[in-house]
Amino acid sequence: MSAIAIKNGHLIDPSAGIDAPRDILLKDGKVAEVAAAGKLKPADGAQVINAKGLVVAPGLIDIHVHLREPGQGYKETIATGTAAAAAGGFTSVAAMPNTIPVNDTPEITRWMQSPERGASVRVFPIGAATRGSKGEALNDFAALKAAGAVAVTDDGHPILKDSIMRDTLAAAARVGLSVIQHAEDTRLTVGASMNAGPVAFRLGLRGMPVEAESGLVERDIRLVTELRSDKVHLHVAHTSTAKAIAAVRQARRNGLRVTCEVAPHHFLLTDEHVGHYNTNCKMNPPLRSAADRAAMLEAILDGVVDAIATDHAPHASHEKEVEFERAPNGVTGLETALGLCLRWLHGEARMPLGRVLSLLSAQPAAVLGLKGRGSLTEGSFADVVIFDPKAEWTYRAAEGKSKSRNTPFDGWAMQGKVRWTISEGRIAYEAN
Amino acid sequence: MSPAPVRRKLHTPPVPASPFPYHPGSLLSVNDLSLDELNHVLARATALEKQDPLTRDRILAKRRVALLFYEASTRTRTSFELAAKALGADTALVSNLSSSIEKGESLKDTGLNLRALGAEAIILRSNSSGAAWLLEESTRLPVLNAGDGMHEHPTQALLDLRTILAHLRGGTTKVNEKTLAGVTVTITGDILHSRVARSNALLLPRLGAEVVLCGPKELLPEVAASEGPDSRGGVTIERDFEAALKRSQVVMMLRIQAERLAGLQLDLEEYKAGYQLTGERLARLAPKAIVMHPGPIIRGLEITSGVADGPQSAILEQVTHGLAIRMAVIERALNATALKSAPTSVRTSSARPAKPASRKGARA
Ligand SMILES: [Zn+2]
Repeated sequence: MSAIAIKNGHLIDPSAGIDAPRDILLKDGKVAEVAAAGKLKPADGAQVINAKGLVVAPGLIDIHVHLREPGQGYKETIATGTAAAAAGGFTSVAAMPNTIPVNDTPEITRWMQSPERGASVRVFPIGAATRGSKGEALNDFAALKAAGAVAVTDDGHPILKDSIMRDTLAAAARVGLSVIQHAEDTRLTVGASMNAGPVAFRLGLRGMPVEAESGLVERDIRLVTELRSDKVHLHVAHTSTAKAIAAVRQARRNGLRVTCEVAPHHFLLTDEHVGHYNTNCKMNPPLRSAADRAAMLEAILDGVVDAIATDHAPHASHEKEVEFERAPNGVTGLETALGLCLRWLHGEARMPLGRVLSLLSAQPAAVLGLKGRGSLTEGSFADVVIFDPKAEWTYRAAEGKSKSRNTPFDGWAMQGKVRWTISEGRIAYEAN
Repeated sequence: MSPAPVRRKLHTPPVPASPFPYHPGSLLSVNDLSLDELNHVLARATALEKQDPLTRDRILAKRRVALLFYEASTRTRTSFELAAKALGADTALVSNLSSSIEKGESLKDTGLNLRALGAEAIILRSNSSGAAWLLEESTRLPVLNAGDGMHEHPTQALLDLRTILAHLRGGTTKVNEKTLAGVTVTITGDILHSRVARSNALLLPRLGAEVVLCGPKELLPEVAASEGPDSRGGVTIERDFEAALKRSQVVMMLRIQAERLAGLQLDLEEYKAGYQLTGERLARLAPKAIVMHPGPIIRGLEITSGVADGPQSAILEQVTHGLAIRMAVIERALNATALKSAPTSVRTSSARPAKPASRKGARA
């Protein structure tokens, strides 16, 4: 079926400033018409979705996910990861290059987008900044971009050398790509497996100081400043510390193109949640202190944060059922992001629904320059999420679509249930 | 009507209650013991120590205890092994030098195999903090933590307590919140890497003792002052060793754990000048204090030979107290019966193992 009419719903499209009843016609993968309720032109053969009592919004965009393909299909595949994305209301995901092999070539970038991968939603590969993400030789950014890469990063392997980072920022700017940095000065985090502080001391674990993050953010911002070009764009991944946020805030005041994202676990959980070595609370950057958690929330409310991104990082249960220090970093997030954001940012913090949705669609689209995404204006991609904003439900990891279960949010109360996710005019997920 | 204002502060979602210990016979942390249980362990240690070996070795006759040691250890392993055997238990030693551990088997699988072989309790020494919790969650057997990484060493703290009680409180086995009121215990040295320091800092203040941590910043970060049983305090930092000595009734020395320093540079001559327990310092500042050390001691570094072998030293007594304490906690492990029902909200359901196969009925 090539046309879908969504009727009787309440459209919230932050990109167009719409928060009103609207009917929408999707045709040939694009938004064909947005009309006042009941005023849609008749479209023969269109499938009709009755969205009465539901919110209709641009499909969500997660600019930081690990789909594990190629190379680690036992954790997740592009098919299962995007199925999880669709179930969570996401229609676009940007896939990190720390695959095996590392996505540092146009061939792998194209392979990830090939129809044979069976993706339910659009996958935007992010290319590795350096060969093998070893932080030494830059990749061919023009070729990566031509193959479909939307940014470059060495996520998980931060670029420490000033000269390489400077070259990366400059080369990416020349071809119009953003540079995403996982900000961690790994010289300060040797052997560390959680946030430095009283909890780490109590648990006998080596800690990662907040300065490992903020120091590298400050260094990167200095490099952006020195490059003196408004084409240079630095995006700080999974910001977790008040100090790093302060640096981003100041950089923006100075007119630099510096953006940042925050993951739900960083504005909801603290290092106390590690409890007795719960490896599902182990990720990098780690859960921080209560003060840092509060700062993440404030930064979201203040508008300093450009996007909520999950850092969806699936791992098999046998990999997490090991000693805390030996467990891999990362938690899943695609199926819990909307429910947590609606419950905590909208429900508890009373952030307007449109602003919450903007952080999950229009703003991340802007960060990566994804044209026609994160918006339901006519001519945009027919990427839609339709959800019941009032529905309360309990997340059960075992029932999820992701191949992995490593989440700290198993059993948590969620608000807002996805009923349909439509990706480029096709129904990618439908609640039963 | 204007919309409700945005709330800039939100409470942190609560940390779920700890499901540990799953087994009432486990001793993962000194915090697992209530004051009543602590008294029970102390009383049983004394009773078992005095009991005729010929009747004592029937207490756990033919019961199976596994010793799982991932770290070289002479004193602790031998102590646990002799304690188990003194009660008549069969012991099986699995160490990383002689087993499938080196072939990459996970702790979970090793634990499950030991359980399948009939182990009724596992005594675990690991270089990873938290390993005992993982093993207990995986096997649901009583697990005795014989030292996990830099985290805890509960039987060491118990034997230290018994040593202190023997010297300062007439060997009483009845303790309460005030038993050690007025007693200052200074723990000096490599606090950062010490599970002994952590367990003692959690245990001794609960009985009224003041624990003073002493050492240079590299080995004793400021954050250590937050250690202790709760917010009441009872744990302080004193950088000046001589000032700490002057206040102390108990001086506990720790070795520098070179294997855990992870690139940390330390000037040993400077360290000795500041923190070595010498006969001169002891005589001048704490002539009545008892000197303790969990071992292994590095003579000439944190402590001089003269002090280690001197009249104030309780170092070898500690070893003897260890045997009694370990008999008591092994008996407790195997005689505890009821398995606490598993709570509903821990980790993912996939992380929760099946209920263990039925174990031999324990004796009262
Ligand atoms: Zn990262």
